[in-house]
Amino acid sequence: MDSDPAPVNLADVAMKVSLFVTCLVDQVFPQVGLSTVKILDRLGVDVDFDERQACCGQPAFNSGHADESRTVARRFLEAYADSGPVVVPSGSCATMLKVFVPTLFPPDSREGRLAREIAGRTYELSDFLVSALGVTRTGARFPEAVTYHDSCHQLRELGIGRQPRLLIQGVEGIRFVEMPNAARCCGFGGTFSVKFADVSAAIGEDKVDTIHESGARYVVANDVSCLMHIGGLLQRRGSQVRTLHLAELLSKFEE
Amino acid sequence: MQLRIRSNTSAVLSDANLQANLKPALEKSLQARDRAVAEVSNWEELRQHAHDVKAHTLSRLDHYLEQLERKVIAQGGKVVWADTGAEALEFIVGLLQEREIKKVAKSKTMLGEEIHLNEELERAHFNPVETDLGEYIIQLSRETPFHIVTPALHKSKEEVVDLFGRELGMPPTDDVEAITATARAVLRRHFLTAGAGITGVNFGVAETGTLAVVENEGNVRLCASLPEVHIAIMGIEKVVPRARDLAVFLKLLSRSATGQKSTSYVNFINGPRREGEWDGPRDFYLVLVDNGRSRILADPELRQTLACIRCGACLNVCPVYQRIGGHAYGSTYQGPIGAILTPQLTSAEAAPEHPFASSLCGACYETCPVKIEIPHILLKLRERVQRGKQRLARHLPLEAWAMQFWAWAMSSPKRYSFLGNFMRRVHPFFVRNGRMRVPMPPFSGWDRYRDLPPLPEESFREQLRELRKEGK
Repeated sequence: MDSDPAPVNLADVAMKVSLFVTCLVDQVFPQVGLSTVKILDRLGVDVDFDERQACCGQPAFNSGHADESRTVARRFLEAYADSGPVVVPSGSCATMLKVFVPTLFPPDSREGRLAREIAGRTYELSDFLVSALGVTRTGARFPEAVTYHDSCHQLRELGIGRQPRLLIQGVEGIRFVEMPNAARCCGFGGTFSVKFADVSAAIGEDKVDTIHESGARYVVANDVSCLMHIGGLLQRRGSQVRTLHLAELLSKFEE
Repeated sequence: MQLRIRSNTSAVLSDANLQANLKPALEKSLQARDRAVAEVSNWEELRQHAHDVKAHTLSRLDHYLEQLERKVIAQGGKVVWADTGAEALEFIVGLLQEREIKKVAKSKTMLGEEIHLNEELERAHFNPVETDLGEYIIQLSRETPFHIVTPALHKSKEEVVDLFGRELGMPPTDDVEAITATARAVLRRHFLTAGAGITGVNFGVAETGTLAVVENEGNVRLCASLPEVHIAIMGIEKVVPRARDLAVFLKLLSRSATGQKSTSYVNFINGPRREGEWDGPRDFYLVLVDNGRSRILADPELRQTLACIRCGACLNVCPVYQRIGGHAYGSTYQGPIGAILTPQLTSAEAAPEHPFASSLCGACYETCPVKIEIPHILLKLRERVQRGKQRLARHLPLEAWAMQFWAWAMSSPKRYSFLGNFMRRVHPFFVRNGRMRVPMPPFSGWDRYRDLPPLPEESFREQLRELRKEGK
């Protein structure tokens, strides 16, 4: 751990980001948003929160309702047209904004160009911290055994698997254990989780088994949707293992 | 007729025997594949190369197919073009009748499954015999292939012993060699008495007229050389331009499919027996089958589906296939490739659930040796299914209505916040013993297996507003 770079003090760097917190975090998991703000505050990053934001359009897009997805994505584009870098504490919503929203509009249209431009300055949280800020230690302390689940879109659409691990390993006192097949899907899959509820749950049970195999007390991921699914299964099974969003883990510091 | 998947899942998930057979078998295939891939330092380069060759070939498919036809004819073979499966069957049955052939030795061909070749041959009393061990097991048990590469993957050794005991009179045994020897002895007799052999094709080389067929049991070469007539059936997308392309494709195929450096046999078939040769068929026919492929070719968004080399790696790595297996799909092709191919070969209306039988995890794309963007194609197909449903329905389907309402709510911050507040106000009515239970549509599927998280008192934005007011 000694070779890790020291926490970067960015207090004097004028950095302002716009937080896209995602609808699920806003409405169901506010603590993840608050944690994200805490981390960025501590690193000296100014956080702007535009209250016009709602959803990125992913639920409709993934179920084949392109028109409805476009309607919602258009609102996102309007709200973020003139913002700074956009930070998103979710791998799958970041994927929607970076990969799929640009495909919803004709490439040469004003919206198409805007979507690509915003996609270029949109960051998933862990990637923003590690790649843009060069931070691997947020100053958090958490003396527990923790394992990490790679959410699929983050890993395979955005190629982000190294950054969250660096950040987890940078938490003071933590014992990080890889679970077997960490990159295997948890089975959530958006509307798949209700359309094929039994299959989704069966895949999730495999994930829960590997989480238990790791011996960790906490399973960390960077998508509240996967965590809602995994956590729901853990709770139904009466497991002692708890879910934790990456931002919640990284904000466990004394204030 | 519509193919359904959702109504099949609960039976396969609760089939303890199937679940016990499935996981170790796929795990073994996956590990073998991963080991074989790790040995190739330029795997990613080869994948991209193969992807590019396929894209190029598909962009000039007519040219390469005609070149292949000319070469096959020049070598003494005959080429038949079939627009549909029915046309292919009509030709094959007609030929067998004309030659008064009584028995057909078949090697494994997914195209044969696709056009229901066995059913048609049986109906016309031609007595087709599957000579690939896995396919033979499937034929004896009157099933369809469970997997495009390993058709009897779901069968345990014990089940095969039972089956051979029942069908072939094999005495009970625990010895795998004794089991295969039984099949071998039976199949040898069939090879020697078959009037025609039917095989599939992995790659048809336009430049040389060579058909490459991979196998591990030696049955393909017997099908292609012992009987008087050899009929090779090939989907039109299986053509590759040059012989040298095989160096890349054979490597990708064998390592992806079975984790082998090379299959035990790779057959290069160049037409019928020539003057002075002492074996090989008298007559050789290549049947080029379209059966919906040119429709896929015409669609630039979905065309890459035709690049598939049927290695089956996407099935092995798919979390959905790992749980529900092949038969639940109800279609010839299963798993991720089946989910995109089936609605395209038939129609979005005929296989409306196939594109949705995926968590979109992307493991298939990551594993695909020719880099077919399966998750993105699934999304395109989902869109088409929804459009089709709305076009055909007399009333707006419930899901479409819900999505329109959702889009309406989400596109105004006021409506969005109102809805959020409303949910938070009503949610205490669903909390029992500290757990949120919502056993009603559309949450019932969720609720059956998972707890829902309780909702917070206030949304993130409300809490942030307060924090900022306090000057934190």
